[in-house]
Amino acid sequence: MPSRMTLAQCQKAPLPPGTGASSGTLRGKHVEAVALLGLSRATRFGEAVHFFLYDAPKVLLLLVGVVFVMGVVQTFFAPARTRALLAGRRLGVGNALAALLGIVTPFCSCSAVPLFIGFLSAGVPLGVTFSFLISAPMVNEVALALLLGLFGWKVAALYLGLGLLVAIVAGLVIGRLRMERHLEDWVRAIHLGEAAAPHGTVRTWAERFEAGVRHLREIVGRVWPYVLAGIGLGAGIHGYVPEDFLASFMGANVWWAVPAAVLLGVPMYTNAAGIIPVVEALIGKGAALGTTLAFMMSVIALSAPEILILRKVLRWPLIATFVGVVAFGVLVVGYVFNAVL
Amino acid sequence: MKRIEVLGAGCRKCETTFNVIREAARQAAVEVQLEKVTDLARIVGYGILQTPGVATDGKVVHTGGIPGPETVRAWLAK
Repeated sequence: MPSRMTLAQCQKAPLPPGTGASSGTLRGKHVEAVALLGLSRATRFGEAVHFFLYDAPKVLLLLVGVVFVMGVVQTFFAPARTRALLAGRRLGVGNALAALLGIVTPFCSCSAVPLFIGFLSAGVPLGVTFSFLISAPMVNEVALALLLGLFGWKVAALYLGLGLLVAIVAGLVIGRLRMERHLEDWVRAIHLGEAAAPHGTVRTWAERFEAGVRHLREIVGRVWPYVLAGIGLGAGIHGYVPEDFLASFMGANVWWAVPAAVLLGVPMYTNAAGIIPVVEALIGKGAALGTTLAFMMSVIALSAPEILILRKVLRWPLIATFVGVVAFGVLVVGYVFNAVL
Repeated sequence: MKRIEVLGAGCRKCETTFNVIREAARQAAVEVQLEKVTDLARIVGYGILQTPGVATDGKVVHTGGIPGPETVRAWLAK
């Protein structure tokens, strides 16, 4: 593979303005790699191939590293432990803790309902439970690894901070509104026996690393086609969409761009893996970072399938509040980003 | 006869878990009454936080993932 090289071998090549936040340390060699294939970066196809060869190996390697580490970290935070940490917490501290634990506790949206009820029945307040449920899918390791690889650590850190903030504030609002009465009756009626905890055994480091490898296989095994497809689509946008084409309707000066991005994101359902490479390409073409981040958060945090799953335990007023509050938070994030950067 | 329930509301991992157990039982020639539990109230009633979960004879023995072959054989041998 022509794209494999050490960082030291690479030269820094100047970037045209507006190429996005990923800086050009690897670009020099890629000009050669693309040239070897008989393609010129002056052609659109050559530019797209260049973009793909530059991003794909870097992003996949980062993904492997981050997902493995997260797999190991998650062995310290079984959901039952997280629940015990959150039980009886007051709003405020509880929300912050829940949002943070949402990053490191293993979570899959198909377990959302048992987890939701399990938390409530153990005395975790509704608002705190929501902070967890919002943070867990939105601030996930795949999103962070991709942002890190494609945009650099500053944007990844901003996404992390703002994602947590949205989760905390949204949970606080839902908690303050006292919406417990909008839970489905069977949920309120449920009386749980003491939860079974079959994983009571002491874990060794070898077991934790094994868990990391399993996590790696499972997650990367599932998302790599999306990552490559996303980078491919992004490469296409990079090569074929004219520079500044998007500035006219996704730029920072277009006031309705952020709400439009959020609305567009709700019915869309993809994972972070597919959307982030596309987002990077959009930004290279003049879309504002706040608008695109709002779009991304909306796509990841609010999805139609998840809403349908939650409908089994929540009545419409609570679902509408959940969607409304999160959408509003994402909106604010979008505007703040556009204003500050 | 041993009764094994796979707890999970129809996700892919739950499906795989069911198949893994069925296959293991067939190989070990152990007769089991294997059931898929998809009713959320019943799943939640077992007190599990992550699906898929597995209960043998009404007792939860596993949650949150596809069980390994060793683990499944141990349930069948008991």
